[in-house]
Amino acid sequence: MTTSMTTAAAESTPDPHEPRAAGTPAAPHRARPAATRDRKRLPHTPLNPRRSVPLTLLTGLVLVYTLLPLAWLVINATKSQRGLLDSFGLWFADDFNLWDNITRTLTYDDGVFVRWLLNTLLYVAAGAGGATVLAVLGGYALAKYDFPGRKAVFAVVIGAVAVPGTALAVPTFLMFSNMGLTNTPWAVIIPSLISPFGLYLMWVFAAEAVPTELLEAARIDGSGELRTFFTIALPLLVPGTVTVLLFSMVATWNNYFLPLIMIKDPDWYPLTLGLNAWNAQAQTAGGEAVFDLIVTGSLLTIVPIVAVFLLLQRYWQSGLAAGSVKE
Amino acid sequence: MRTHSSRRLLGALAVLATLSLTATACGSDGSNAGTGGAPKDVAAALEKGGKVTVWAWEPTLKKVAADFEKKYPNVDVELVNAGTGDKQYTALQNAIAAGSGAPDVAQIEYYALGQFAIGKTVEDLSPYGAAKYGTSFTPGPWNAVTEGEAIFALPMDSGPMAFFYNKKVFDKHGVKVPTTWDEYVEAARTLHKADPKIFITNDTGDAGATTSLIWQAGGRPYKTDGTNVTVDFGDEGTRKYTATWQKLLDEKLVAPISSWSDAWYKGLADGSLATLSIGAWMPANLSSGVASASGDWRVAPLPQWTKGDKASAENGGSSLAVPKAAKNKELAYAFTEFATTGTGATSRVTEGAFPATRADLESKAFLDKPFPYFGGQQANRVFAESARNVGEDWSYLPFQVYANSIFNDTVGKAYVSPTKLDDGLKNWQDASVKYGNDQGFTVNE
Repeated sequence: MTTSMTTAAAESTPDPHEPRAAGTPAAPHRARPAATRDRKRLPHTPLNPRRSVPLTLLTGLVLVYTLLPLAWLVINATKSQRGLLDSFGLWFADDFNLWDNITRTLTYDDGVFVRWLLNTLLYVAAGAGGATVLAVLGGYALAKYDFPGRKAVFAVVIGAVAVPGTALAVPTFLMFSNMGLTNTPWAVIIPSLISPFGLYLMWVFAAEAVPTELLEAARIDGSGELRTFFTIALPLLVPGTVTVLLFSMVATWNNYFLPLIMIKDPDWYPLTLGLNAWNAQAQTAGGEAVFDLIVTGSLLTIVPIVAVFLLLQRYWQSGLAAGSVKE
Repeated sequence: MRTHSSRRLLGALAVLATLSLTATACGSDGSNAGTGGAPKDVAAALEKGGKVTVWAWEPTLKKVAADFEKKYPNVDVELVNAGTGDKQYTALQNAIAAGSGAPDVAQIEYYALGQFAIGKTVEDLSPYGAAKYGTSFTPGPWNAVTEGEAIFALPMDSGPMAFFYNKKVFDKHGVKVPTTWDEYVEAARTLHKADPKIFITNDTGDAGATTSLIWQAGGRPYKTDGTNVTVDFGDEGTRKYTATWQKLLDEKLVAPISSWSDAWYKGLADGSLATLSIGAWMPANLSSGVASASGDWRVAPLPQWTKGDKASAENGGSSLAVPKAAKNKELAYAFTEFATTGTGATSRVTEGAFPATRADLESKAFLDKPFPYFGGQQANRVFAESARNVGEDWSYLPFQVYANSIFNDTVGKAYVSPTKLDDGLKNWQDASVKYGNDQGFTVNE
C-alpha cells in the first residue's frame, strides 16, 4: 500500500521508480529510511507502520485463501487421471506425472491445445493491444483537447462502463452474424478493441500525468501535435498505458462468453473455450474423460498471465492508484 | 469531477441510441429458399463436392468424416463441436434465428428432435431417399425420428438401458444382483448398512433418467398429435416408479452426487456408487473415465417392475438432422446417410458407438465381442437383448428441452426437501402445460 501511495503522489512529476520512460537514466532506489535501523525511537509513519497481529493474521488468512486454488492446481497437475480420483486433493499422489501430463496436453487431439494457445495470443495481441492503443489516444485527446461534445463523450463512456459486456454479447452476435463475421477471429478481436474503462482510466491518468504547461511549452517551441504526443506525452503516460494493457490483457485472456457465442469452429477457440470443450467430453456419452489434461491445461493457461503480472506488477500498482490523490 | 444532470441524460440517451442501433441489426429472417431434393440430386451434389459443416459432439464421427472425404475427394467435411446437448441446441436456435451460421448437419438427441421438427427448422429427409431405411434401424430410434411420413433425422446411435453394477462390491457384501426394483431397494439397504459410504447409485434429479425409468415401468406421460399435447404423470407406470424411488429418497439410499461430475467418476472408481441404470453407450465412458475400476464392473438386464418381465427403455441416443437453413442440403443428406447407415455406421460401432442399425446389432462380431473392462463379459448381448425389449409408443414433448431445463426446479425439490416425488412430478407437469400453452400448443385440453 505504502509504495503505491508514494508513487501516486509522485505521478505529476516524472516517477523516480520509472526507469527509462521519462527519458532519464534509471534513478537509484531511494535510500532506506533510518527507521529500519532503530525502529523503537521513531514515531509510526506510513513508511514505518505499526505492527498489528490481528491484521497480519487476517492478511495471512486472505493470502492462504488466495493461494489455495493455485496450490491445488499445481499439485493436481502432477497426477494421472487415476491419481486425481484416488488421492487426497491437496497433496501429491504416489506418482509424479507433470512432465508426462504437459506432453500429453500439448499433443492430445493433434496438438489442438497449441493451436488454442496461439489463438489466445492472437486475440490478446490484437484485441488487448488495440484496445490499449485506442484508449491511450482517446484518453489523451479527451484530457488535453477542448472540443464540442467532450462532455457528451464522457457521459457515453461512463454509461458504457456501466453496461456489462455480457449484456451486449447477444446483440453483438446478431450484428456480427449479419455481417458474416461470426466464426472468424474478427468476431472476438473487434469487440475486444472497445474498452470504455481503459479509456476512462487513460483520460483521468493523462489529465494528471501530463502537465498542460509542458504541452504549451512544446507548442511554443514549434513541435507539431503528433510529435508532442509521441515525444512528450507518451513517455509520461507509460505507467497508465501499462495498467490499461494489463487490464485488457487479463480480460481478453480470460474472455469466455464472447468467444463462446461468436465462435463455433474449434480451430478458432481460445484456451478458455478449448478447456471447457475438453471438460464437456467427460459429460458426453462415449466421450473420453480427460480430467488430467484439463487440470494441466489450466495450469499452462495461467502461467503466461502470472508471468506478465509478476513482471509488470509495479506499473499495475501505480496505475491502480492513479487519480487517488488530488493535488 | 463535475457532472451535470442534463449532461448525464444526454449521455444516457447516447447509450440508448447506440443500443437501439445494435438491436435493429437483428431483424432478418432465417428462412432459406429451396425445397427437398431427390436422390439423383444427392448423387450430383457428391460429384460436384463442396463443404459440409457438421455440428456434433459424438466422438466417433471423426473417423467417419475422414472416410467420407476419402471416398468423395471433392467434399470437405468440417466437424465442429458446438457444445454438448442443450448448449448446442441453443447455439443452433440462435444461428437459425440470426439467419446465418447454421450448420449443414446437426447432432440432435431424440428427446430434443421434436422441438426442431415441429418448429420446421429441420428438413424432412424422406424426399432425399431416407424412407428406404425404415427397416434398417431398430424401432425405438426410428420411431423417435419419424412423424407420419416425415423423417426429420437419421438415427446415429441408441441407448437401450442396462444395469451396470460393481461386482466387487456386491461380492464383498454378499449381495445378489437384483432382478426386480424391490430387490434393488433391498440391495440398496443392505449395501448402505454394511458400509455407510456405499450407495446403490447417485441421483440428484435427472430428467432423462427419470423419464427413462417411467418409460420402462410402462408409463407414457407424453402424447403428441400435431400441436395437441397431453402431459399426464398420473398413470400407473409413473406411480410404480415414484413408489419405489420415494423409498430410496426417504431412506437416503441414493448418493446426492450429480451424474457426470468428477465426484461421480470418483464414486464409480472407488466403489461407493455400486450401480448405474443407464444407456448402452456407457462402456466407453467407464473405460476412459473410470479406468482404475477395470474388471470390477459387470452388466445385467435392468431390474424389472414385475418379476419375470423383460421390459426396457431407451436412455439418450442421438440422430443427425439437416437444418432447413443448411447451405447444401443434398450434400448434407449424403453425409448424414453415410454416417448413419452401412459401412459408416459399422465403423462407428467399431469405434465404440452403440448402434441403432439392426444389421450391426445382430452381427455376430458385435454380439461376441468380449469387454475386458467387464472381465471379458460379452456385454453387447445384454444390450442387444435390451434393445429388443424397449417399450413401444414412447414420445417426448415437442418442447422437451425446455421441460428438462425446469426439472430441477420442480421434481428436484423432492431430492432436497420433504416434497414428495409425486408432487414434484405434478408441479413439473403443471409448469410444462403452462409453457406449452404459452408457446401455442394445445396442452391437456
